[in-house]
Amino acid sequence: MILLDRVTKTYGRSGTPSLDRISLHVEPKEFVIVVGQSGAGKTTLLRLLTREERPSSGKIIIGGIDYDKLKDKDIPLLRRKIGVVFQDFKLLPNKTVFENVAFALEIVGMGRKEIEHTVPKVLDIVNLKGKENRMPMELSGGERQRVAIARAIVRQPKILIADEPTGNLDPKHAWDVIRVLEKINRYGTTVLLTTHNQEIVNKLKRRVVTISHGKIASDKANASYEIQS
Amino acid sequence: MRRKTITFSRIVEAGMINFVRNASLAIAAMAVMVVTLTIVLFSIITSATFSNTINQITDKIDISVYLNDSITPAQKDGLLTQLRQLPNVKSVSYLSKEDALKRYIDKNKGNQDLLSAVNETSNPLPATILIKPRDLNKIQDIKNFLTKKDVAALQSNEPSYSGDRKAAIDKITHATNILRQGGIGAVIIFTIISALIIFNTIQMAIFNRRDEIQIMRLLGASTWYIRGPFVVESIIYGILSAIISILLVNAAFAASSGALQASSLGLLDIQYASTYFTSNFLWLLTLQLAVGIVIGAASSVIATRRYLKFKTSK
Ligand SMILES: Nc1ncnc2c1ncn2[C@@H]1O[C@H](COP(=O)(O)OP(=O)(O)OP(=O)(O)O)[C@@H](O)[C@H]1O
Ligand SMILES: [Mg+2]
Repeated sequence: MILLDRVTKTYGRSGTPSLDRISLHVEPKEFVIVVGQSGAGKTTLLRLLTREERPSSGKIIIGGIDYDKLKDKDIPLLRRKIGVVFQDFKLLPNKTVFENVAFALEIVGMGRKEIEHTVPKVLDIVNLKGKENRMPMELSGGERQRVAIARAIVRQPKILIADEPTGNLDPKHAWDVIRVLEKINRYGTTVLLTTHNQEIVNKLKRRVVTISHGKIASDKANASYEIQS
Repeated sequence: MRRKTITFSRIVEAGMINFVRNASLAIAAMAVMVVTLTIVLFSIITSATFSNTINQITDKIDISVYLNDSITPAQKDGLLTQLRQLPNVKSVSYLSKEDALKRYIDKNKGNQDLLSAVNETSNPLPATILIKPRDLNKIQDIKNFLTKKDVAALQSNEPSYSGDRKAAIDKITHATNILRQGGIGAVIIFTIISALIIFNTIQMAIFNRRDEIQIMRLLGASTWYIRGPFVVESIIYGILSAIISILLVNAAFAASSGALQASSLGLLDIQYASTYFTSNFLWLLTLQLAVGIVIGAASSVIATRRYLKFKTSK
């Protein structure tokens, strides 16, 4: 599903690469947790997958699509197949909660009736019932994060990338979100999760990829959190 | 197909919502556009009115060629044919001695002294050929022809060139030509300047919302799904500005024709301008709409371009 071959990313002209010859293979329907200290390169890795950034060198192939051969006009189509929970949410500030989630469906051309049927269900999953008409500014950090999650899963993407989706949540809500990710994963979506939450990593018992200074330090199945601070 | 229709109607709807939400900016952009369109409209009408005035004056000018009484019908017809073949001759008409007399009597009705100088039996008026030239500035060709020896021999008197009026007319023609050229130049420059202002205004609106554009991009929205609403919004500016501008000009005519009682301001014949405006209303409105829509659409397409680009650097 996801294949990275010796991928290096250096931002601008700075000498040290944020990612250094990363090779990674993720099977379809796998659930992978990416951990690493702040600044290790987790978000950079995810940005390469959505083609928000281009690698300085190396190969990326996702769902059979070779990124080197990807044409500009096909990038939107690629992004529609990947759900992303951005670390900084990236909600549309002039749209309500409902509209933010609906937007993900509008751009793929879904009809209004279907949207009005689908969006409330997803908002219910992330416990945002009753907040449909709030603007993002009127929400708490945790609520915004859950809108971002709702928007990422509403299209039932083949791949879900979640960058610290529990960062602003209390343990109860954090676990609610993780349960949602697990459920989606059971239905066949490949999930890539980054987190600093030791407890979650240890309880999930999934494959854990640890990144340290832009390199893969370890990659183990059924693993636990092993970063010394 | 259904999906395309949904997408299209969403783009239009989003554009209209943007238009309502960005009211202050809309007013700024439209004010500039209204001024531009009004100037374009005004200069079209002025130019048409000038042309009309010049044509009217030119039309009054003719050359009278007075023929010998001894001329034969064959000679006369030959002369007419030759004149008609001159490139600068617009029309030629022939007045026989009797026609000339009738015209003379008509013109001098009520002036007993002048009328008593002529009567049916002793008609002193020569048969006359009236020539209307196409271009007053090239009247010399006709003069040259008329002064050729064999042609001059057929004439009783020197031809008359509507006398002193020509000099005045020449000056007017020259002045209006300069005015028109200057006017066209001014319109072009002004249109460019205001297109730049409109472009800047729209670009500012888009700059304020660049984050939104980039987020939409990351969610997989297509170029036209993002750009469409901005273009629709700008096209609405264009359409409304065109309508406001044409209403303003309409109001100006209504006011001025009342105040001046449709009199003419020298060269600028307001009555003609007003008639021209009314009878070409649809065409002028279409032109206004077209200019407004093109300026609006083009500036929004260009202004959104940079925020829609995908990363190309590695
Ligand atoms: N746009 C950018 N331009 C330049 N450098 C960047 C940019 N984005 C990230 N970096 C650098 O790349 C390195 C990796 O950043 P990245 O955001 O991938 O870290 P991270 O693992 O996601 O950290 P965190 O856990 O804090 O989110 C950091 O040193 C960061 O300063
Ligand atoms: Mg990060």
